[in-house]
Amino acid sequence: MLRIENLSAWYGEAQVLREVSLDVAAGEVVTLVGRNGAGKSTLLRCVMGLHAGQRGTVELDGRNVGKLPAHRRARLGLGWVPDDRGSYATLSVTENLTLPPAVGPDPWPLARVYEAFPALYDRRDSAATMLSGGEQQMLALARVLRMGARLLLCDEPTEGLSPLLVQQVGELLREAKRHGVTVLLVEQNLHFATGVADRHYLLAEGRVAEAMDNSEVRSRERELLSYLGI
Amino acid sequence: MTGFLQNTFNGLVSGAFYALLALGLAVIFGMLRVVNFAHGAFYMLGAFGAYVLLTEAGVPFWAALVIMPVGLALLGMALERAFVHRLTRLDPLYNFLLTFGLTLILQDLVKLRYGVQSSPYETPSALNGSVDFGLFDFPTYRVFILGFAVAVCVGVWWVLTRTRVGMVVRACTERPELTRAFGIDVGRWVTPVFGFGIGLAGLAGVLAAPMRAVNPLMGADLIIVVFAVVVIGGLGSIFGSVAAGFGIGLVQAWGEAYLSDFPIISQTIVFIVMAVVLLWRPAGLFGREEAPA
Ligand SMILES: Nc1ncnc2c1ncn2[C@@H]1O[C@H](COP(=O)(O)OP(=O)(O)O)[C@@H](O)[C@H]1O
Ligand SMILES: [Mg+2]
Repeated sequence: MLRIENLSAWYGEAQVLREVSLDVAAGEVVTLVGRNGAGKSTLLRCVMGLHAGQRGTVELDGRNVGKLPAHRRARLGLGWVPDDRGSYATLSVTENLTLPPAVGPDPWPLARVYEAFPALYDRRDSAATMLSGGEQQMLALARVLRMGARLLLCDEPTEGLSPLLVQQVGELLREAKRHGVTVLLVEQNLHFATGVADRHYLLAEGRVAEAMDNSEVRSRERELLSYLGI
Repeated sequence: MTGFLQNTFNGLVSGAFYALLALGLAVIFGMLRVVNFAHGAFYMLGAFGAYVLLTEAGVPFWAALVIMPVGLALLGMALERAFVHRLTRLDPLYNFLLTFGLTLILQDLVKLRYGVQSSPYETPSALNGSVDFGLFDFPTYRVFILGFAVAVCVGVWWVLTRTRVGMVVRACTERPELTRAFGIDVGRWVTPVFGFGIGLAGLAGVLAAPMRAVNPLMGADLIIVVFAVVVIGGLGSIFGSVAAGFGIGLVQAWGEAYLSDFPIISQTIVFIVMAVVLLWRPAGLFGREEAPA
């Protein structure tokens, strides 16, 4: 589904990704773990086509999308949950949800979104930035489900959420996976990561340091947590 | 009391022009992050176009009210495609150079053909005379301008807040990069929005023709106040630009009427208000701090 080869990225002179290669098969949930500043968010922005200073290959379904602008990539089925939640202050909650067009075969109808997220329904006419942090996280996730995106790029969707909401995010991601959605998940919560993901990449100083499966992450949890500084 | 009401009404009428011009500047700035210093020149072209249409082709005011905004919107779209869109990747200095240079070119082209003296434009016959408001009479044409400008502002507000087009424009204005990531081709919306803003300036120009002296420099004086209006309302804020437009019209009219013994104050009152507002709210009355991405 997604193949990244020798991806390097810069902010001005500073190189933040160094020849990163990784792939995500259709229907897989793969996480990207790594310290703050390792380049995880930058990697997602590169896949989205939002980062100007980059070199390397990004392929979607075997097609090189390196030359495509962000809106064309989104229409191929990419759904981005940005690290800052991407809430629009000048759009209501409903408008935040309905702004993006459907980009995949199975977009959620608005009614289904509101059934799954009753808290959003209650605030549907408020400006999105008036929601609590947790509600804005849910809104960002609900938006890509509504788009019917085939590949979700989720940037720390559980950050700052209560345990109950973390559990709900996990259920939503597992349900998406059951429907064949592919997920590339940036995640610091290793317990959560092993609960939803199939495989993991450890990103360190802009490089893929290790590729791990669930059992390896579980057995090395203590070491990894201290490495991540959590 | 009668005098106060008359001053207030006059203030609202000049405010209507400020509001139409500031509204166009605000949508253009919101969408392109370009400050269009040529806005006053397009206002002048609207008025001059109406004058030329009438004197050289016998085209009446009502037709000019449609022809000029549409024609100038198309010209604006062509200029956006040819020049303005290049500004996004350049230093803001080029923004100033391009749009100010455009102003000088447009002004001089008109001067070359028609000279610098003002030309009179007759009020359309249906709008001659005055309306009786009980305490005072008011010229029908000014009542028409006020009603028309308010209707245009309400219409624009309705489109922006209640339609899908408006929702997309708001999203592109607030966070262009994020909006692209949601599958919306932001670039496709830029040209029509620029044309629309220019069309509003042209519309204000046609409305001004029967009321103000039509000459090549008529936009130059006005636009300075309009920039103050835009800054007071909050750069890029649609609602702020309209509210500040009418507000500044009122402040100016009251200042001229009641502070005429202090010309230093009455002539600069707009900029005094601007300085005070900026000290109090650096982003303007209705402006928001810029969001990332
Ligand atoms: N807009 C920016 N300008 C300059 N440097 C940036 C910018 N955004 C991120 N960086 C730097 O790039 C590196 C990677 O950042 P990021 O991709 O956000 O890391 P992560 O998401 O893993 O925490 C960091 O060192 C960060 O300081
Ligand atoms: Mg990050």
